[in-house]
Amino acid sequence: MSDITIGGFPLDLLALQLVTGIALGAIYVLVGIGLSLIFGLMNVVNFAHGAFFMAGAYVGVFLYGFTGSFWLSLVAAPLAMGLLGLVVERVLVRPLYGRGIDDPLLLTFGLSYVMIESVRIAFGLTGLPFGAPPELRGAVDIGIGYFPLYRLFLIGFALVVVGALWLFIERTPFGLVIRAGARDPQIVQVLGIEIAKVWLAVFALGCALAGLAGILAAPLQGVTPEMGIPVLAEAFVVTVVGGMGSLGGAVLAGLLVGIVVAMTSLVAPDMTKMAIFALMALVLLVRPRGLLGRAGALG
Amino acid sequence: MGTVFDRRRLLQGSAAASALALAAPALLRSAAAQAGPIRIGFPVPLTGAFGAEANDQVRAAQLAIKEFNEAGGFQGRNAELLVRDDKLNPGEAATRTLELIEKDKVNFLVGGLSAAVTLSTNNVARERGVIYNSISQSDAINEAKDFGRTTFHEALNPHMTAGAVGRYVFPKSGKRVAFLSADYAYGHEMMRGFRRAGEASGIEVVADIRHPIGASDYSAFLPRIAALKPDVLCLCNFGRDQVVSIQQATEFGLKRNTKLVAPVLLFTARKAGGDAFDGVIGGTSYYWRLEDSVPSAKAFNDRFRAAYNGAVPSDYGALGYAGVRSVLEGVKAAGSVETDKVVAAMENLKADFYKGPQSFRKCDHQSVQSVLIVEAKSKDLKTPDDVFTILGTEGPDERFLRGCDELGHKA
Repeated sequence: MSDITIGGFPLDLLALQLVTGIALGAIYVLVGIGLSLIFGLMNVVNFAHGAFFMAGAYVGVFLYGFTGSFWLSLVAAPLAMGLLGLVVERVLVRPLYGRGIDDPLLLTFGLSYVMIESVRIAFGLTGLPFGAPPELRGAVDIGIGYFPLYRLFLIGFALVVVGALWLFIERTPFGLVIRAGARDPQIVQVLGIEIAKVWLAVFALGCALAGLAGILAAPLQGVTPEMGIPVLAEAFVVTVVGGMGSLGGAVLAGLLVGIVVAMTSLVAPDMTKMAIFALMALVLLVRPRGLLGRAGALG
Repeated sequence: MGTVFDRRRLLQGSAAASALALAAPALLRSAAAQAGPIRIGFPVPLTGAFGAEANDQVRAAQLAIKEFNEAGGFQGRNAELLVRDDKLNPGEAATRTLELIEKDKVNFLVGGLSAAVTLSTNNVARERGVIYNSISQSDAINEAKDFGRTTFHEALNPHMTAGAVGRYVFPKSGKRVAFLSADYAYGHEMMRGFRRAGEASGIEVVADIRHPIGASDYSAFLPRIAALKPDVLCLCNFGRDQVVSIQQATEFGLKRNTKLVAPVLLFTARKAGGDAFDGVIGGTSYYWRLEDSVPSAKAFNDRFRAAYNGAVPSDYGALGYAGVRSVLEGVKAAGSVETDKVVAAMENLKADFYKGPQSFRKCDHQSVQSVLIVEAKSKDLKTPDDVFTILGTEGPDERFLRGCDELGHKA
C-alpha cells in the first residue's frame, strides 16, 4: 500500500475500488445495452428483460450441471434466450405494434411474472449455488491489491462483446438496416425491406444479451428466481442515463453506474442503492435525453 | 372428512345449546373449545425469501402433532396444526393471527421466522391472551416492552447466538474485528451480541460497514475490508444476503488473512452457497449431526427421516418441532388447555426433546438452551447433508442471556 491518500483513503484502495466499479459496470453495460436496443429501435419497453437475465442464468447453470463446461453455458444461455425472444416477439409482442407504448409494457410485465413463477416451479424457491469455473477462481495481485480473477475476465469479456456489437451495427449491411429502421421505419419499408424481420431480430438480440449477462452474473451471486428484479431497475437507470437506443450511451452509463456504486460504498455504504437513482435524477435534470441520447437514433 | 365435520358440528351445536341453557358466555367458549381437537395456529412465511426454511418448520411441526396424537392425545383430544402464510410481512402476520384466534378459535400459536414478523404476531396474541411460542430469532421479544405473560421464545436470540460465536472465535482467531451487517434490527442485534462478547476478550473494531438488506453485490465493500486485514470478519446478515456476501468475500480472497464468521450459520444457506462457505464459523440452534452425541437428537432425526424419505431436519425446522412440542407437553403437564395453567406448566418444563436439556426462564420465557458452534466444510462429507463440523457447544446457562433487570422485567 502506498502512503498517498485522498480523502483519507489510500490511493491503492481507491484504484482497487475503481476496478471493482468497472467490473460491476461490465454487467450493467451488458444488461443495459439489450434493454436500450429494444427500446430505442422498437419503442417497446421490455419489462421482462430482468426475467430473461434470470432465465439465461438458469439455463447456463442447469447445463453446467451436465456438461461441466462454463464456456458451453456462455454460448447456450444467450442462444436459448435469443430463441425465446424470437418466439415472444413473434407470438406476443407483434400483435401489439401500433397500439401505443403501454400494451407491450403491460404484456412484458406479465410475462416476467410467468417466467419467474415457471422457474420457481421447475427449480424451486431457494435458487441454485454457482461459483466461478475452476480456471477463473481465486484472486490475483494486480499491483494495487488482490482482485478476483473472474471479475477481471468479466471486464475483458464485456469489452469483446461490446466491440463485436459495435462492428455488427456500424460495419455490416444488416447493422445498417437496423440503424435505418431506428431512424425511419416507414422509409425503410418503402425501400423494400421487411421491417418486421428487423424488429424480430433486434428483440431476439436484446433478449440474448440479457441471457448472456445473466450467466455472466451467476458466478457472482448464484442464481435465484428473483435475481432479475433489481437488475431490471438498474438496467433502466443505465438506459435512461445513457440515452435510449444509444450503444455508446449504454456503455458509458453502465460503467458510470458501476463506479458510482463502488465509490459510494466506500464513503457512505448505506447510500449505495440511492446513489444510482440520484445519478439518474441528476442526468435527467441536466440532460433529459441522456448522455448520448438522440431521439430514436443509435449511437 | 364429511362425517368428521358433521360430528364436530353436531358436538359444537349440542355443547353450545347446553351452554346457552346455562346462559354463561365464558362457559360457552370453553365448552365449545373442549369439543374439538386442540388447535395450534402456525403462521410462517411459506412464500418469500425464507420459503424453504418455513416449509421445513411446517414438516417438523406436523411431526410433533403426529407424535402427540399417536400417543393418545390429551384426554382423548387430538392436536391439529393450522398452517398460515405470513408472507414475511408484519401486517399480513397480524391479520392471519387475528383470524386464527377469532375465527379458527385456536388454543395456541407457534411460528415466525423473522424478528419484525414474530413481534407483530406476538403483539396480537398478547392482546388476546393467547399463548404464542415464537420460533424466530429476536432480542426484542425478551424485553419487557414486547413481552407478555403468554409470550414464549423457543428459538435462540441474537444475544445468545452471536455471544457464543464471539466467545469461541475471538480468543482463537484474533482481536481485530470487522463487521459487515445488514442494516436492520437483526443485523444490529447480532452486532451488539458480538461486541458484548468481544468486550471480555478486548477486541478492536476496525470497520463497521452496514449494507442495505437484500443487496445482491458486496464487491464494493470488500476491497476496503481486505485492505484492513482484520483477523475476523463478522457477517451479520441472514439468508440470501449471507450466501452472496460469503461467496463474494471468498472470491476477493479475504480468507487468506481473515476468519469469516456468521452469527447464525444456516443449514439451508450452506446448502445454497456450496463450497464458498468452507471454513466459515457460525452458531446454530441445531444441526443433525448432534445425533452422534445426543440421544434425543438421534431419536428425533430418525422419526423425521422415517416421515420424510430420509431427509434430515434443518435448524429452523427443528425449532418448528420443538415449538409445538413445548406447548403440547405444557398441556399434558398442566392437565388442561387453559392458558394460565399451561403458562405455569411451560414455565416449569424441564425438556429434552431433540437437543439436550432446555427450560424457559421465568422472567422473559426465553428458552435457555445450548448454542452449537459449527464450521462449514465441503470435503469428506459422509452424506450430502453432512455440511458442518460441530466445533463446540455452549450452555445451556442463564449466564449467557441478558439479565432480567436489563430487559426491564421487575423482580
